[in-house]
Amino acid sequence: MLRLSRTSKAILGVLVAVILAFMYIPLGLVVLNSFNAARIVSWPVTGFSLEWWGKAFSSEPVRIALLNSVLVASGATVIAVILGTLVAFALQRYSFFGQRAVNLLVVLPIALPGIVTGVALNNTYNRMLEPIGIQVGFYGMIIAHGTFCIVMVFNNVLARLRRLNPSIEEASQDLGATPWQTFRMVTFPQFRSALIAGAILAFALSFDEVYVTIFTAPPGVDTLPLWIMNQMARPNEANTVNVVATIVILASFIPVWVSQRLGRDITDRG
Amino acid sequence: MTRRTRIAGLLALPMTWLIGIYIFSLVMLLVTAFWVTDPFTSKVKPGFTLRNFEQLFINPAYLSTSVRTLGIALGVTVLSILIAVPLGIFMAKVAAPWLRALLAVAITLPLWAGYLVKVLAMRITFTKEGFFNWMLAPFGIEGPGFTLGTVVLTLTYLWLPYMAVPVYTAIRQLPPNLFDASADLGAGSWRTITTVVLPLIKPAIIAGSVFTFSLSLGDYLVARFVGGDTQMIGSVIASNINLNPPLAAAYSLVPIAFVVIYLVSVQRTGALERM
Repeated sequence: MLRLSRTSKAILGVLVAVILAFMYIPLGLVVLNSFNAARIVSWPVTGFSLEWWGKAFSSEPVRIALLNSVLVASGATVIAVILGTLVAFALQRYSFFGQRAVNLLVVLPIALPGIVTGVALNNTYNRMLEPIGIQVGFYGMIIAHGTFCIVMVFNNVLARLRRLNPSIEEASQDLGATPWQTFRMVTFPQFRSALIAGAILAFALSFDEVYVTIFTAPPGVDTLPLWIMNQMARPNEANTVNVVATIVILASFIPVWVSQRLGRDITDRG
Repeated sequence: MTRRTRIAGLLALPMTWLIGIYIFSLVMLLVTAFWVTDPFTSKVKPGFTLRNFEQLFINPAYLSTSVRTLGIALGVTVLSILIAVPLGIFMAKVAAPWLRALLAVAITLPLWAGYLVKVLAMRITFTKEGFFNWMLAPFGIEGPGFTLGTVVLTLTYLWLPYMAVPVYTAIRQLPPNLFDASADLGAGSWRTITTVVLPLIKPAIIAGSVFTFSLSLGDYLVARFVGGDTQMIGSVIASNINLNPPLAAAYSLVPIAFVVIYLVSVQRTGALERM
């Protein structure tokens, strides 16, 4: 055990308390301000009201932005699930020339700064496709999101496939199952939870994305992050942005909770 | 089915997507960086000019923005290390098991709280009449407000989990008898940390730094919302994307270049293979 003096332990403890305060006080202020009766964000908060919550729930732009976000994230997740699973199987089941290049290709869209991906796709959509008459519109945003979400599904499925026992599949084939039957009844159930975890991470990643969205969203279309961004730049519904932010904070527990549960599920059984 | 057709079958769709859309777009971005913009119509014309790249070096505003962004990214990385190491030591070696489990969740949770939500949170905290200044007022100090310092602090706030998690995991995996050996040989706790702990967790620190560094380089909304008039590379790209696309394209190669240089310079440490 690391032998630290009582004083250094105390100093470390205080430091950790400061770090936690630094991480959680700002988020707490957002939640608190969503109940602030004042028209603008203020400190200390003197009066409380549910006015902004009511306004947020009846706000048409918020509802449309939320719907857009859900649509884009769902589309991106479907793309990521299909493409991510295919690549994971190719890389895990076979060794071939260019394997590392394929791996890099999947990781690249998330390794490079989001603004680069956004600007690159914006350039292709607006200056290559539009002049020849192809308007990608809303689909352009889904395609962009799907591209950087592939890695989330890929990572999760690949990690699981590596831990599977190949003799179970061999046994299935020896017992006369067709490749499709083996996949459907033996292989798929074994990586299903990793696939779901990957899909949730992909959905959460897409839901939160701003940079790629800014450059690929068709004019006049807001996702929830874009709506928050516009409210921060030109607030016209004042404190409603704190309500939406509070809901986002609460919703963020879902992916963490589900992926933790799914993760534990595997280790319990293995 | 032969082995080759099976691989092709699995990879056909994903590779068409990634190469046909993503890599194609990156290559076209590179090509566009050599094109020209008609100054009157703002129309982009194919051609070949190095003027856009030249601008990056001879225009003092662009050059200083590149240097500033690099400095911010390095500052965020250093600050993240300075926070993550003591945090990791406390969690792995001081905290009781229940507290350790709690802290492990506590440092990863904010990762999912939403990028813009956290920017908004910092904006509320550091605004002139906000919480931070209110807290400091009794001591007669005024906070940094919306300046470069707040940009570094906010980016650290955003990306700290990417550093804290690998560093904590690495410290936790250190064999306890190393500490015993170090103490038996007469090293104090500080000496043990600098000569035993730090060299052993270096790969984890480098792995974390790739994220803190790369994520900070492309950012510009933090600068826009808590940075006052602080400009970053992303700010210049965003403001040129419609006016002068070739320049925006050329400028977006700068963060890529920084990331590549950084990766190459840390590659020799062998830390990247363990990511």
